[in-house]
Amino acid sequence: MRITVDGEPHDVPPGRTIAGVLIASGRSSWRTTRAGERPRGVFCGIGVCFDCLVVVNGVPDVRACQRYPEDGDAVRTQHGAELPT
Amino acid sequence: MRVVVVGGGPAGLAAADAAVRAGAEVVLVDSEPWLGGQYHRGTPQHADSRVRHLASSTVWAFEGLRLHVRSGPADSPHRTPHVLDADAVVLATGAHDRVVPFPGWDLPGVYTAGAAQALAKGQGVAVGRRVVVSGTGPFLLPVAESLVRVGARVVEVLEANAFGAWARYPGALANVSKLGELARYATVLGRHRIPVRGRAAVIAAHGDDRVTGVTVARLRPDWSVVDGTRRRIAVDAVCVGHGFTPRLELAVGFGCRLVGGFVAVDGTGATSVPGVYAAGEVTGIGGADLAAAEGAVAGAAAARAPEPPTRALRAVRRGRRFAEALAAAHPVREGRHGWLTPDTLVCRCEEVTLHDLDAALDLGAADVRTIKLASRAGLGLCQGRTCGLEIADLAAARLGHPLPDADAFHRRPLATPLRLGELADAPLLPEEDL
Repeated sequence: MRITVDGEPHDVPPGRTIAGVLIASGRSSWRTTRAGERPRGVFCGIGVCFDCLVVVNGVPDVRACQRYPEDGDAVRTQHGAELPT
Repeated sequence: MRVVVVGGGPAGLAAADAAVRAGAEVVLVDSEPWLGGQYHRGTPQHADSRVRHLASSTVWAFEGLRLHVRSGPADSPHRTPHVLDADAVVLATGAHDRVVPFPGWDLPGVYTAGAAQALAKGQGVAVGRRVVVSGTGPFLLPVAESLVRVGARVVEVLEANAFGAWARYPGALANVSKLGELARYATVLGRHRIPVRGRAAVIAAHGDDRVTGVTVARLRPDWSVVDGTRRRIAVDAVCVGHGFTPRLELAVGFGCRLVGGFVAVDGTGATSVPGVYAAGEVTGIGGADLAAAEGAVAGAAAARAPEPPTRALRAVRRGRRFAEALAAAHPVREGRHGWLTPDTLVCRCEEVTLHDLDAALDLGAADVRTIKLASRAGLGLCQGRTCGLEIADLAAARLGHPLPDADAFHRRPLATPLRLGELADAPLLPEEDL
C-alpha cells in the first residue's frame, strides 16, 4: 500500500496508522496550532488529545494516530483551523 | 435479551464472553479494527464467535438504552450509522494517560507513555533514538522495555515517587503474576544498564521546533524540586505518564454516580443507573487482570446469569487490593505546580498559559464552567480530556478549596467527535434483525 504525504510517496506496512508512517519516516510534527502557529505531532497516541491532526483527501481534522490509511490516500499537513476542500 | 458492551479491551472482551455464555445476544462495539484494547495492542484478541463485533465503531450518543454508533475509518465523513437498542449496557471504555504539565510539554517529541507504548507494541515504531521516560507508576517499566525492543536507547527512567514503593504495600503481594511481569521488565532494563531512579523527574523540555533536551531534577516527597539537582540531558524524545484518567464520557452522560473520579459500581458491576454496568479502568485503575475479572462479573450480571461467576469475583477482590496499593504508592503530588512558569501551557488545544488561568481566577472564576468560559481552558479540540483534571487541581490549589463541579470536565454530550454532516443525517430507526 502506498500513500502520499505532502506530495511525497510513502509505503505503508499493514496495520500502521498515518502517525506511525510519519514517525517512522523521521517526522515529529505535521500540524500548526491556530493561535501560536506552533508545531504539533503525536502526543497521546490513542485518539484523546487531537494534537496529531492531518488533512486526508481534502478532509481536515483527521487524527493521524487513529486513522489506518487506504491505498492512494493523499495526506497533507494541517495549518491552524482548516475547512474541507 | 441484548447486551451491548462498549470497549474491546480486557474488561469489554471478558464482559462480552460472559454475557454470551449466559445466553444473551451480545454486540461488542470497539473503536479499533482489532480487539484487545491498549493492553493487548499488537496481539489481536478474539471474542466468543457468538459475539457480534462492531469494529472501528464508536458510540457517540444514546437515548435511554438506545445507542447511536458510527462505523468506519476514524474521523471520516463517510462512516456507517447504526442504532442499537439494548436491554443492558456494559461500559468498558478504559482510561488514557494522565500527564501533568511542565515547561515545554507541548513541543513535538514529548509523548505520553501510552503513545510510546502504542507505537512500539502496535506498530513497531520507536518515537525517538535517545529517549527519557518519566512519571509515576509501574507502567513506566513496560514502556521503557517496549522502547528498547524497537531499538530506542532509553537513557533514564525516572519515577517521581519512591521507586517500587507499591511493593511495600500489603495488597501488592495479592497479585503475584503482576509482580513476575514487572520483574521481567526490570531484568531487561538491567541488562541494558538503563538507570531507574526514584524521586526524580523531567521538569522541563527544551527545543525550538522539537525536543532536543530536558531538565531532570531530584524531587522531595511532595514533588517539589531539590535545589542544586537540576541537570540537562540531550534526548530526541520524552515519554511521560502520571497515572491514568478514566474515559467517562458515556458514564457521565448516562448519569452514573462517580466516587473519587471513577464510576461507582456494586459487587456485580452495576452502576447507579438501572441497566448500565461498568468494568475495568473506568471503575478504578488496576490493570488488565482486574479489568478482565470485573468484565466477567459485569457481563454475567448484565445478562442476568443465574449463577454469579465465583472465580472472577475472587479475582476482583484480590485485584482491588493490588489496585489500592498502586494508588497509595503513586499519588500525584502538589509540588509539581512549582515546575510551571507563567508561560507554560496548561491547556494545549486552546494554548492557555498558566498566566491566562491565573487571570481568570483573579477575575473571580471559582468553578469549572466559569474557568472554561473566562480562560478557554478545556474548550478546544480535546474537550478537556488532556487538561481537565489538571486545570481543576491547579485551580483548587490556588483557590485553596476544591472546585464544586470538578467532574464537569467529563460532561460531553457527544461522547466522540462527529462531523456536522453526520449529525445532520436523517435520524435512523433501530436495527430490527442483527
